[in-house]
Amino acid sequence: MIYKVIAKDNFRKFIDVLVRENLSYGPRQVDTDAHGEPVYQYKEVSSADEIAFDYTRTASSAKHLLMPFREEMSHFSFRDDGDWDQDIIYNAEPRVLIGLRPCDISAINILDDVLLNGKFPSPYYLARRKNTFIIGMDHLPLPDCFCKSLNHHTVSTGFNLFCSDIGDSYYLSVNSSKAYSYLQEFSITDPTDEDNCKLIERRKLIKHSFQTEVEVTGLPSFLDIEFDSPIWQKWGDRCLNCGTCAMVCPTCYCYDVKEEPDLDLRGASRQKQLYSCNIVDFARVAGGHNFRPGNGDRLKYRYYHHYRGFAENANQQICVGCNRCGTACLSDINPKDVINDLRMEKESCITCVLPSPPRT
Amino acid sequence: MHNMRFTIPPQDLNREHFTRERPDFNHKSALMETDRGYKCCITNIVELTDQEKLFQLRITDPMERGRFRFQPGQFLMLEIPGYGEAPISISSATSNHEFIELCVRKAGHVTSALFNARQGARVAVRGPFGSSFPMSEMAGHDILLVAGGLGLAPLRAPLFWINDHRDQYGNVHLLYGTKEPSQMLFTYQFEEWKTVSHIDLHTIVEQAPPEWSGNRGMITDLFNNISIDPVRTYAIVCGPPVMFKFVCQYLDKQGIPMNRMFVSLERRMHCGMGKCCRCMVGSTFTCVDGPVFDYWSVMNLKEAI
Repeated sequence: MIYKVIAKDNFRKFIDVLVRENLSYGPRQVDTDAHGEPVYQYKEVSSADEIAFDYTRTASSAKHLLMPFREEMSHFSFRDDGDWDQDIIYNAEPRVLIGLRPCDISAINILDDVLLNGKFPSPYYLARRKNTFIIGMDHLPLPDCFCKSLNHHTVSTGFNLFCSDIGDSYYLSVNSSKAYSYLQEFSITDPTDEDNCKLIERRKLIKHSFQTEVEVTGLPSFLDIEFDSPIWQKWGDRCLNCGTCAMVCPTCYCYDVKEEPDLDLRGASRQKQLYSCNIVDFARVAGGHNFRPGNGDRLKYRYYHHYRGFAENANQQICVGCNRCGTACLSDINPKDVINDLRMEKESCITCVLPSPPRT
Repeated sequence: MHNMRFTIPPQDLNREHFTRERPDFNHKSALMETDRGYKCCITNIVELTDQEKLFQLRITDPMERGRFRFQPGQFLMLEIPGYGEAPISISSATSNHEFIELCVRKAGHVTSALFNARQGARVAVRGPFGSSFPMSEMAGHDILLVAGGLGLAPLRAPLFWINDHRDQYGNVHLLYGTKEPSQMLFTYQFEEWKTVSHIDLHTIVEQAPPEWSGNRGMITDLFNNISIDPVRTYAIVCGPPVMFKFVCQYLDKQGIPMNRMFVSLERRMHCGMGKCCRCMVGSTFTCVDGPVFDYWSVMNLKEAI
């Protein structure tokens, strides 16, 4: 990692060149919501002017750029003699993603962990990931961000270039030789002591700006104990099983595989499509048995995968604390309320919890 | 032998349960392998019941046929181009390198299409996937196999294995229960298993026509017919979810250690590679970590059975 400082107008020129040369995606305002607030999405951009550098949060996450909602896994072309040819393609055009927040980059690191490790790494994801150039930018947290609780308000790997806003210039963390050689063309300077101080100040400011906190320490075992808690039924009753939370989540990666014949019946394509564990038939097996029949069961399962199951497999919780699911949810279910509710239910119970020991 | 329950056996860390090797990213063909099916020809179809058929497949390409090796308890993804894929447990002998046998129940989209297939039709298989019954770890012990309904299909591979290595195992019991006598699978092999393989076979049905001369009742009733020595017995259980609960609880009460009871779980699998999460139970993938689990792991998984 090399640290450099670049003036903001220079940085804009750098981005402009990069965007014009490559297929690039960056935050753009696409709409306004019911309260008149702008809605941002990662969209294809062709010049730096199109990028909203001061965006708050995109409605969908950056995962769709690495894992498209629908993707062809292989294509079958039928021959006349009953045989077929199977084509598997997983190439990806090099792309630049601009303006990802630390939590979005952490989410991609988690996806790497899931999809590139283990016995069967996913070639489709690998092709995209290897051809992706990521430029991250820090931001002041929104009122409902709780990434600090999950330690994802800073990020140290998984990007090519990371920019911290220090007044009229950006403090750059250069994490790849590709990024460094591009930057050589622009006037970058070594950080001075003053710049270092500004960076520390900036980090301190971000750290102290969080208004929402979710206590996740010891949550895996807590969830185990609370498996039969009535809380799940309560929140499950509100859930509409629409799967929106999983669609906007930066780390939800579950998918469905189905095969569809071509319209001319000369071939068929096997496609994968992102899915959600909140959808009714997620755990249904042949013969009709559903292993998670109730709303509450499915909602619980999603929380268990995020906060418990994944912690067991990969030593970290899969949630990055962006609260996109809470914002998108039609019934106003959000992780903060569910987890706090779950904790409060036990911790405020007078019959089973002894008074806290006196502090020494 | 008496202290056996308290001595910790050495663990083979090379077993797939503990390590998952990672293929070489730069080796493109190895990555392709997971999504490319081996083309097969259906060489024979046996109608077992009105709902289940036994399909015998032969991988067309001799090279691929040579590469397809599996362990008892593993499954494969059966692909019918244009229809989709379905996870099917392998019912043939691991020593049978020429043919793959799949016992399939007509239950969904893909299996219905398969039931329309005739001899000579072409399908593809992907795999094998999943964990297997630790047959070599069981050597020197008695084995109790408990199957319910279609649960006999995944147990056929271990049965063949036991037949091939009969001298390595002590007493082998097979308890098999179905709803009705007409639903019994592989009835034509029962005599062979009894006489050639020396397997103590007991069957039971829940409902039967008056002329049925065999046992009637639940599968747990069959435990009265056999005597097992819990200290030297390994159990393999496969059947519908409700059966697992009763059988495993009974065996646990009998004193069989939980890590010596193996169950084969059923889930809807879409990828077979631990990626799509459709088969996930808690933090465990049925397709990569399972489908064969010991009862200890299953008991600790919420919603598993």
